Amino acid sequence: MAQRDIKPAGENIGEFLAAQQEKSTLRFLTCGSVDDGKSTLIGRLLYDTKLIFEDQLAALEAESKKHGTTGSDVDLALLVDGLEAEREQGITIDVAYRFFATPARRFIVADTPGHEQYTRNMATGASTAELAIILVDAQQGILQQTRRHCYIASLLGIRHVVLAVNKIDLVDFSQTTFDEIVAEFDEFAEALNFDTAVAIPMSARFGDNVTSKSASTSWYDGPSLLEHLETVDVSSRNGEPPLRFPVQYVNRPSSDFRGYCGTIASGQIAKGDSVVVAKSGKSAKVHRIITHGEETSRAEAGDAATVLLDAEIEVSRGNMLVAPDNRPHVADQFMANLIWFDEQRLLPGRSYILRTECDRTNATITELKYRVDINTFSHDAAKFLEMNEIGVCNVSTQSPIVFDEYDSNRQTGAFVLIDRITNATAGAGMIQFPLRRASNVHWQALDVDKESRADMKHQKPVVLWFTGLSGSGKSTIANLLEKKLHAEGRHTTILDGDNVRHGLNRDLGFTDEDRVENIRRIGETSKLMVEAGLITIVSFISPFRAERRMVREMLEDSEFVEVFVDTPFEECVRRDPKGCTRARSKGRSRTLPASIHPTKLRNARMFT
Amino acid sequence: MLASGSHLRRLEAESIHIFREVAASFSKPVMLYSIGKDSSVMLRLAMKAFYPAKPPFPFLHVDTTWKFREMIEFRDRMARELDFDQIVHINEDGVRDGIGPFEHGSNTHTHIMKTVALRQALDKHGFDAAFGGARRDEEKSRAKERIFSFRDANHGWDPKNQRPEMWKIYNTRVGKGESIRVFPLSNWTELDIWQYIMLEDIPIVPLYFAKKRPIVERDGMLLLRDDERLQLKPGEEIQERMVRFRTLGCYPLTGAIESNADSLEAIIGEMLTARTSERQGRLIDRDEAGSMEMKKREGYF
Ligand SMILES: Nc1nc2c(ncn2[C@@H]2O[C@H](COP(=O)(O)OP(=O)(O)O)[C@@H](O)[C@H]2O)c(=O)[nH]1
Repeated sequence: MAQRDIKPAGENIGEFLAAQQEKSTLRFLTCGSVDDGKSTLIGRLLYDTKLIFEDQLAALEAESKKHGTTGSDVDLALLVDGLEAEREQGITIDVAYRFFATPARRFIVADTPGHEQYTRNMATGASTAELAIILVDAQQGILQQTRRHCYIASLLGIRHVVLAVNKIDLVDFSQTTFDEIVAEFDEFAEALNFDTAVAIPMSARFGDNVTSKSASTSWYDGPSLLEHLETVDVSSRNGEPPLRFPVQYVNRPSSDFRGYCGTIASGQIAKGDSVVVAKSGKSAKVHRIITHGEETSRAEAGDAATVLLDAEIEVSRGNMLVAPDNRPHVADQFMANLIWFDEQRLLPGRSYILRTECDRTNATITELKYRVDINTFSHDAAKFLEMNEIGVCNVSTQSPIVFDEYDSNRQTGAFVLIDRITNATAGAGMIQFPLRRASNVHWQALDVDKESRADMKHQKPVVLWFTGLSGSGKSTIANLLEKKLHAEGRHTTILDGDNVRHGLNRDLGFTDEDRVENIRRIGETSKLMVEAGLITIVSFISPFRAERRMVREMLEDSEFVEVFVDTPFEECVRRDPKGCTRARSKGRSRTLPASIHPTKLRNARMFT
Repeated sequence: MLASGSHLRRLEAESIHIFREVAASFSKPVMLYSIGKDSSVMLRLAMKAFYPAKPPFPFLHVDTTWKFREMIEFRDRMARELDFDQIVHINEDGVRDGIGPFEHGSNTHTHIMKTVALRQALDKHGFDAAFGGARRDEEKSRAKERIFSFRDANHGWDPKNQRPEMWKIYNTRVGKGESIRVFPLSNWTELDIWQYIMLEDIPIVPLYFAKKRPIVERDGMLLLRDDERLQLKPGEEIQERMVRFRTLGCYPLTGAIESNADSLEAIIGEMLTARTSERQGRLIDRDEAGSMEMKKREGYF
């Protein structure tokens, strides 16, 4: 790869390579609205640092003629707009990573798109970046999207920003325009807590103040962009953070070797150190350390290590080895910032898979506190989050996870939520703090338990979950079944959708969120019934596969049986005693959600 | 050992992390071993990731039957020396139909003997994750590739529907028949690869070093006459020329460059002053700017 610090071949390559080794790497991202000149800026950086090869340049010239927007000049933006669709539409649609180096530093650039609907790509790029370049078009000044980008950068923990006031050539290199934009920026950026925020007037297209200072902006006395990138200090302001070693993989080639593998998230670890296993609180001493395939006496943040302990204690993937005197939180409830990516909105109460770097568990959002309007930064009440929205919520996990506050540790304070059905990465979260409830209220160890209650009744408790359209005959079958069981001396109970709606769930309506909550409560109630040793018959229209699965997961494997009453739609309409199905077929549904359709319900059988 | 905190050590750690993540969360991973320099680096990283154990997955080579002979020798030597579990897959339908680059052209040959062959192998063994050596600096459409890249049940890649990849938290969930391609070298550059090979003393196929070789010049490319299947056209002749290869693939599709670089230092020196990018020697990207992206959508790595 050609670079600015090329030495002619034959000169001391060894020295050159040694110098390469010493360099630090800065990861930054560029964000701006469409046409602010992001791609041109990155193209310019690559071009001026001589990272463009001749064949690429030739291809570029050919393409500029075809798609370019710069007339007869070479369009630098085409160099980085990777995918065909983008080239055709002339927009950047996905985050891309570029690499370049100068004698002082190496750089990894996340090039992220400016579209509103692509917030997720920006968040992706920001999650691993240390600095953000926020582009604005000098002719347009600060836009709503500029605020949005700043907010996301700040939310994702970026502490250093550059405000690149681009296309300064088109406003005659005007200092007044520049100063006005900077003043407006300062006003809202103050709340965002950046450690450094540097504004630079520039022209990406013509190179002013990109890699060297421009004569056209003599009134500007700050650094050029590249100078700033080469020198900015992005080390943590939190001082030396404590040891966090998430266990990723247990390596057990033989009975006398049990190595815990992972990447040290923060702090350091040395042979002989005492460490604590976060989830159990048990401690042990470090017996051996292997990093990158070699025995060593210590390892530090960023190393991929294998650690052996001197005691046989239980540690598996998802646990963490930590400093005894400075431990992380271990809790199953916490408050977090959440960015939503999925087309299916976030619904409180729905069960998702939560993943941290090495751990996974089931999780639900127990409460959506508010949605953040990222243009005004105001907090609005909300019942759900749509794609690209950001909110603050309480999260409850099925089992406790180990974490730090995101503000103090980006590695151990982050998580993503995965949709249980589609496996899509649906959202990303940054933990604020644990909720007290979780750490204070411990589970009661009960002497009389589920088993002893069931034994006394001489039966195996189970939930029989009937689903089907209104009018399909669920309740009739359920009632007959209960009579039969009763006659055989079984202890039973029945939860009927309509009856529960009159009592326990009287406060719920028919929105999607309420339907989810409805099922969740029925699920929890069934679980209590099963714990009481009862055969529990539930008769319910339960349209969402995700919720049925959630209930199934609350119970043991053998305790949940789903029964789908498969009556043809027309027949349901004909005999529906409450007129609900009929109402729907006339387009006036009260109880049937639009998403319910006979063909969809057939999937339910797969669950039995 | 690499200096602590150094740039290559960071890259090494990142790659090791990726290897372990796959081993911990997939039921049947495989490493696609293409015998080139990037594969050699991946092999070393995989050995380090699980040391003192061996990598807990097999190595798959999709053999198009047109690879350089020295590549095959090297492959078998590595498998013997490092004692890893090797699978070689050849598209037997293609062999039966006599598919080859001379008769059918590079596109058809690559599609049948490489893309289709790869899909066959993945389906046959039911692999749910496959490591590949692609780097983001190689080519424009690769710059947008995730580290964990989702493929549908037909091995298709949908550039508009990629999973967001945050921090080091990877979404490793796949449905039945779906799979993930994993790229541990995503953030390495060509220079990083060479430097690592040098510092770590990693064996590579000798074709990377300059040597006098029997060369035929055709369509502006310098082809090595690796066996009898390369037949001379009228006016062509075989010349002994000092050449080396910057990338390795099927010998009729891979052009050599004239060079005197017979050591790693010399190769790196040459690369630092080179004015053409690495993939240029490969026919596959030449057709038009978007061709790599199209191949990827079809399931080429
Ligand atoms: N005059 C001028 N034009 C610019 C400058 N930077 C970018 N442009 C032009 O603005 C248009 C959009 O630029 P592009 O880099 O594609 O924007 P992106 O959508 O942010 O990536 C192109 O026609 C560029 O040539 C600049 O500093 N000055």
